[in-house]
Amino acid sequence: MIGLGHYLAVGAILFVLGVLGIIVNRKNVIIILMSIELILLAVNINLVAFSSFAHDLVGQVFAMFVLTVAAGEAAIGLAILVVYNRNRGTIAVDDINQMKG
Amino acid sequence: MIQLLVFLPLAAALIAGLGNRMLGDGVAKSVTTAALFVSAGLAWVVFTQAGLGHAAGYTLPVLDWIDSGDLHVAWAFKIDALTSVMLVVITTVSALVHLYSWGYMAEDPDQPRFFAYLSLFTFAMLMLVTADNLVQMFFGWEGVGLASYLLIGFWYYKPSANAAAIKAFVVNRVGDFGFSLGIFGTFLVFKSVKLDVILAAAAGMKGATFSFLGAPVDVMTCLCLLLFVGAMGKSAQLGLHTWLPDAMEGPTPVSALIHAATMVTAGVFMTCRLSPMFETSATALTVVTYVGAATALFAATVACVQTDIKRVIAYSTCSQLGYMFFAAGSGAYGAAMFHLFTHAFFKALLFLGAGAVIHSMHHEQDMRFYGALRKSLPLTFAAMTIGTLSLTGFFFTSGYYSKDAILEAAFARGTEAGYVAFAIGAFVALLTSFYSWRLAFLTFFGNPRWAGSEHIAHAAHGNGDDHDTESTNDSVGLEHDHAPVASQVPTGTGGYHPHESPWTMLVPLAVLSIGALFAGFVFHDAFLSPEGGAAFWRGSAVFDAHLATATEALPAWVVWTPAVAFFAGLGLAAQYYLRDTEAPARFVKAFGGLYAFLVHKWYFDELYGLVFVRGALFFGRLFWQRGDQGLIDRFGPDGVAGAVAGSAAVAKRFQSGYVYSYALMMLIGVAAAATWFVPRVFE
Repeated sequence: MIGLGHYLAVGAILFVLGVLGIIVNRKNVIIILMSIELILLAVNINLVAFSSFAHDLVGQVFAMFVLTVAAGEAAIGLAILVVYNRNRGTIAVDDINQMKG
Repeated sequence: MIQLLVFLPLAAALIAGLGNRMLGDGVAKSVTTAALFVSAGLAWVVFTQAGLGHAAGYTLPVLDWIDSGDLHVAWAFKIDALTSVMLVVITTVSALVHLYSWGYMAEDPDQPRFFAYLSLFTFAMLMLVTADNLVQMFFGWEGVGLASYLLIGFWYYKPSANAAAIKAFVVNRVGDFGFSLGIFGTFLVFKSVKLDVILAAAAGMKGATFSFLGAPVDVMTCLCLLLFVGAMGKSAQLGLHTWLPDAMEGPTPVSALIHAATMVTAGVFMTCRLSPMFETSATALTVVTYVGAATALFAATVACVQTDIKRVIAYSTCSQLGYMFFAAGSGAYGAAMFHLFTHAFFKALLFLGAGAVIHSMHHEQDMRFYGALRKSLPLTFAAMTIGTLSLTGFFFTSGYYSKDAILEAAFARGTEAGYVAFAIGAFVALLTSFYSWRLAFLTFFGNPRWAGSEHIAHAAHGNGDDHDTESTNDSVGLEHDHAPVASQVPTGTGGYHPHESPWTMLVPLAVLSIGALFAGFVFHDAFLSPEGGAAFWRGSAVFDAHLATATEALPAWVVWTPAVAFFAGLGLAAQYYLRDTEAPARFVKAFGGLYAFLVHKWYFDELYGLVFVRGALFFGRLFWQRGDQGLIDRFGPDGVAGAVAGSAAVAKRFQSGYVYSYALMMLIGVAAAATWFVPRVFE
């Protein structure tokens, strides 16, 4: 029987993958964007799992909101990337270090 | 009238000083000189009224100044016989020096500044002598110190002038410290700083004592000695005299006005002004006598070996100030003031004459490079001779009356200090005669020795190619031809032809010559004689009629001593510097130790250098390197800055500029916050 624990485990695995994708990745900003999506999805899985477990629809509604926000975030992120690429000619993560102290 | 007299020089100084280049040399010179001549005229009017006219002394209030508790200080002018004498001396010499500077400073680019300083000095000096309280006197006292500092350092691009100016200021601080302590003490004792109050109450405090470290100390002795320290500083008495010879770095008119005729006599004036205080303490008077006599002896011996014409006169001034002080110490305040009065004339005359010589000799000041100038500079020679006669006390000149009066008063005083002072004073009169005539003979007689001087070589040849036997050719086209002597002398003129100074410089010399010749004869009765003196001073300075009477009944040998000293000194100088010009060199060889002792000015500068300058440098270095740099900077500003920089270098590493590391930081932060808060929320 697949219970709450399994869902949470999947969510946690996805979350850690997303985080590692951000931290370890040295190549491409698009991968960072995708990793953020992954983290949001992990959160969604948790929300839905708890919603089902607690018989409370609010969690699932909240998951829908998160999806919307994620879509908007992806759109803005990609738009920034396009502009950035146009200006700097690269989207390699190692080159984006102008904030260095 | 008094206000006009005192404030005209200030107004002129402000106009000339603030207007400076905007108004130009001509305006500055005219305004200041005109103001000073008006002041001088008014001063003579005051002198005839308040001094000779036997009008009562009065005090003229101007403004309230400090009014706090028991302390009431006002700006006010105290006019009496003593003040009027000083007014005449200051304004007359100052006006003449202003006029003289027209010629002497003609080529200087900074004339407005010079004249502004001169007038400022005159104002401060007038404030000093007209003060009706000690605080105002101190104001003037510091004012003249400031003006003296500014004028000694007038040629600010000369390091030696700056050093001399600073030295004068610092040495005077020592004296001023004593003076201010004296003022504090006077206020403590008398609950007032007003001269009238203090002097009236002084006699009542005679013999009062206070306890210092368990030992009883006489109040009046203590006060008088503290005030006398101030007088010693300003009047360059032994111990605090070292600044005066160095002050000769200033322009010569300044030396004549400040360092001969007026400022350095401020100490004598103060002693006479406070004479009722000094009269209450026999100890203080004895100290004053000994210090004065020691200074007279010291300065006169040193003057005998100096070669710089201005330094000889500077030491002479120092020595004459010593005379004034031992006169005051002997209770003969009238004689002290009289010598101050006549000394102002003949010493200003000597300085201005020396200035004229220096001017003519292209700023060469070393007498070894003079000689035979009486033919080139006949008028200057005449003036300098009059000054020298007066200084050395030739019969019926000014110096004759005042110096005799001082020596006789010292003898007539009858105390041990008085006899010592008389003996020293008589010997110093001989030395005075010797060094004064030495100066005159070296400068005006003998053969020209001009060729040795770099200054003159530059003047004569433009580029300084030096011919020792230059004789006749250069005289073509020059208006004065004084060359003929040059052909038969070994040392030569260097092809240089000194010229007599312009009229602006000769007129002051002429006026001062008249003063140097006749001031003594005209005024000695009023200043000194038992009846005349009492009527003249009228309590403005203590006048001891018994002493004055006693001076008229002295043994003949006492009366004739100064005259003998005069002729002995003249004879010695003539022997050494006219007849047998090799004799000084022989003397130096025979008494090398004594000569070195004198040339090094009794090693005062060396001693002070060792004790005070080196000591101050040692402590300065200690506090600077160990204290400030080693302790405060190291742990204070530098330490804090270093710590900040170090931690910043560490913190800088976190700011890599990579987005992912920021993301990691945020994550860790969120995780930490969650770990902290979540358990508490669910408790």
